[in-house]
Amino acid sequence: MTRPTKTHRPEGLDDAFALGTDAESGSGSDPGTGSSAAPPPTPVLPALGPWGWARWAWRQLTSMRVALLLLLLLAVAAVPGTVFPQHAQRPEAVAAYLVDHPGTGPWLNRLGFFDVYSSAWFSAIYLLLFVSLVGCILPRSRQHWRAMRGRPPRTPRRLGRFPAQGSGTSPDEPRVVAERAAARLRRGWPGLRWVPTYRVDVHDEGGGTWSVAAERGYLRETGNLVFHLALVALLVAVAAGQLAHFRAQVVVVQGDSVVNSVASYDTLERGRLFDPAALVPFTLRLDRFDARFDPTTGAARDFTAHVTVTEPGRDAAPGIIKVNDPLTIAGTKVYLQGNGYAPAVTVRDAAGEVAFTGPVPFLPQDAVYTSRGVIKVPDVSGGQPQIGLVGYLLPSSLQVGGDQWLSTGPQPDDPLLVLSVWSGDLGLNSGVPQNVYRLDEAGLTQAVDAAGAPVTLTVRPGETVDLPDGLGTVTFDSLPRFVALDLRRDPSLPWVLTFALTALAGLATSLFAPRRRLWLRAAPGTSAPGVDPGAQDLGPGTVVTAAGLARGDDVGLAPELDRVLDDVLHRVRADLPEEDGRDDAG
Amino acid sequence: MTPGDLSTLLVWAAMTAFTIALVAYTVDLARIAEAAQRRPRQLARVGAGGVPDGVADADAGAGAGVARAGGASARAEGIARTTTALGIVFLLAGVVLRGIAAGHWPTANMYEFTLVGVLAASVVLVVVQRRRFIAFLGVAVLGIGVLALAMALLVFYVRADAVQPALQSYWLVLHVGVAITATGVFTVAVAASVLQVLSAARAEGRSHLSAPWARADGVRRALAPWQVTGPRFAWLRQVPDARNLEALAFRLNAVGFVLWTFTLIGGAIWAEHAWGRYWNWDPKEVGTFVAWVVYAAYLHARTTRGWSGRRAAYLVFIGYGVVIANFTVVNLYVSGLHSYSGLR
Repeated sequence: MTRPTKTHRPEGLDDAFALGTDAESGSGSDPGTGSSAAPPPTPVLPALGPWGWARWAWRQLTSMRVALLLLLLLAVAAVPGTVFPQHAQRPEAVAAYLVDHPGTGPWLNRLGFFDVYSSAWFSAIYLLLFVSLVGCILPRSRQHWRAMRGRPPRTPRRLGRFPAQGSGTSPDEPRVVAERAAARLRRGWPGLRWVPTYRVDVHDEGGGTWSVAAERGYLRETGNLVFHLALVALLVAVAAGQLAHFRAQVVVVQGDSVVNSVASYDTLERGRLFDPAALVPFTLRLDRFDARFDPTTGAARDFTAHVTVTEPGRDAAPGIIKVNDPLTIAGTKVYLQGNGYAPAVTVRDAAGEVAFTGPVPFLPQDAVYTSRGVIKVPDVSGGQPQIGLVGYLLPSSLQVGGDQWLSTGPQPDDPLLVLSVWSGDLGLNSGVPQNVYRLDEAGLTQAVDAAGAPVTLTVRPGETVDLPDGLGTVTFDSLPRFVALDLRRDPSLPWVLTFALTALAGLATSLFAPRRRLWLRAAPGTSAPGVDPGAQDLGPGTVVTAAGLARGDDVGLAPELDRVLDDVLHRVRADLPEEDGRDDAG
Repeated sequence: MTPGDLSTLLVWAAMTAFTIALVAYTVDLARIAEAAQRRPRQLARVGAGGVPDGVADADAGAGAGVARAGGASARAEGIARTTTALGIVFLLAGVVLRGIAAGHWPTANMYEFTLVGVLAASVVLVVVQRRRFIAFLGVAVLGIGVLALAMALLVFYVRADAVQPALQSYWLVLHVGVAITATGVFTVAVAASVLQVLSAARAEGRSHLSAPWARADGVRRALAPWQVTGPRFAWLRQVPDARNLEALAFRLNAVGFVLWTFTLIGGAIWAEHAWGRYWNWDPKEVGTFVAWVVYAAYLHARTTRGWSGRRAAYLVFIGYGVVIANFTVVNLYVSGLHSYSGLR
């Protein structure tokens, strides 16, 4: 039965319109894979040497079917990254997952499920895909380069078998008609007449018959190739950016300054090729930070950091950084990534000496800026234990129980510090880098009251409170805000954008640019070859027949053929040709 | 009444209009099915006196020219067209008022996203139906649309409000707007693909329900009336053939794919502005990427021997599934940078 072969193939790479290129990419040549359409080939296998196997493997890799398989694999492989927490985005969630799943966690970790997008298997898939792509695109580009300089295929003898057809008569000579048609087809786009659409050849077929062969839409294949090559270039640009970029994070408290240098960053991430000496040592001062919230819902409405930037050798200049609006200073982009409160406190030790003074950033935990932070006081007078204060800042505090407080809004309407007190060894001298937002409790003991319950201190701005056990005092001086800034430099950005947009343009062209061939034959009077029998009774003069072929499904083909024919025959165009061409075809 | 309340009312009105249109489309489809079942007898009766107008054999004439399938009810079609248009007007007014009430382009949360998505899908539907009236497309697209509007009003609804600083950018219009439009286009395309697969299966006489199933033959017998080759799907003879439907689905998917590509690129540009990273492997980004890759696989499959036609259509189903999951599951159950649903 013919059933299996009846699958329609509107735009196959091996269709009637195909260029020679398509046989290479269309995987038409690997037999026996998948479809049950063809009978199995006779199992006589020639001996393949290593070179033969390599060629075979390369053909497989660059075949359309394998490309398709790799695409689907890529889609599947990307999914685990949304199911499992990823190191790069949420390291703390990965740590929590490992604690919660002691059985499966380590295995998932080993198999790269917490670093999906840099794992060996994910990289292998996309690298193979790109190798396949290059292996497919380069031969096609070569072919296309040759085809672009080729001529349209000669007018076929019979025009009756094409999907779009038309005919008519003209009182003019066949040659005149053919040349008029050629001129009409060479005419460019409406409004852009100098941009040619069709490539046109005029042939003298002998016996007074002239024909025109025209082809348009090389752009379609060009767009396709540009799209794929731009994807390769995009990958290269992204990789180059990874090598050359740097990204740093820094917290700046209102009134403070930060210098653009490696030493002053809180965290730094950089590519192998990034040279820290290339950093321009500008100074950025946070003058003021404005935070606006919706008065009823408390939802954030606007964050604006007013800064002063001093570049070396220049005057200080004011600047503004907003959430969607980074500030570019000497090629470095500065982003406003977070904000919060940094209560300024002064801690005096038992001897009454100032052991610590200054603002301490507290990290907001929720929408009402319940902020958590740690005040570490290592520099106490000789012989005394070091002090650590852990606790919360509540910008708009509300007492809900004896010792229970919560924040009711993000604005500092009634700020309150709620602290517990630790003393002993902060562990800062061990040489191990410490998280400034966390207290290492190993060498510390928590202060407790007579009943053995932990002591909780509450401090309001301007107040001074005694620390328990005679450790000293703590004073809440003021409540400045801080901003968390990302500083970033990626020289590849313009390239990434350029190649992405090139890919988009190529894609749109390859999908929407019509690829069409039109033929027109002008034959004298009667009995010219290739003339439809139905066209013969149209009278003397020149009989014109025309046909069109398009790549894939093309609704515009028949109307275009009719327009050309109308112009050539000086016909008055009907107002609304309905389902053009179909009637002639039927 | 505030603009926000009026907007909600208009969305309810739009949903009502779409429901009526859905019923009208279904009636039309049922009429076609009925006529298709009756047709062989009728043809035999009129055989002597020639085939009357409008009952031309559908399988032969199912090219592009079948404007109205045999048995279709002109009144049902008229009602469907009118109420669809009315629903679009209501929905458009609702969206505009919503934007006025919120003070920004109304694409900032799931509720607004759904409204605009349904608006886009129904507009694409009307454009497609203008050329060729296919009742099934209306049933499928408006079915999804009414369901989506109900979800929007009952589950996703949040009060119209200003947006957080991260969303205060013209990219809210471009990136999200294009993403919504692409989703709408994909919706109509997937309906066309479903129809294509059904139509091809019927034309080829292929049904999984015709041969006995090894284990669950009882299930098969229960489902037997729903064989695609059976009388219940006789209306499929009146729809354009699989080739034309495939072409329609491809054109829509091609447009959707280009829009989706722009969504990815626009999103990357916005991410670069807002977060300082153009690509962060955020769950939403991954979902968008996966959908893009699946649709890219579809475009390749179309031109691969052995994969064109039905198998390529399966990729359309997967791709659309990913698009919808990326909107619903990722927004509601996965935490990431794109957590803008406004729902807690």
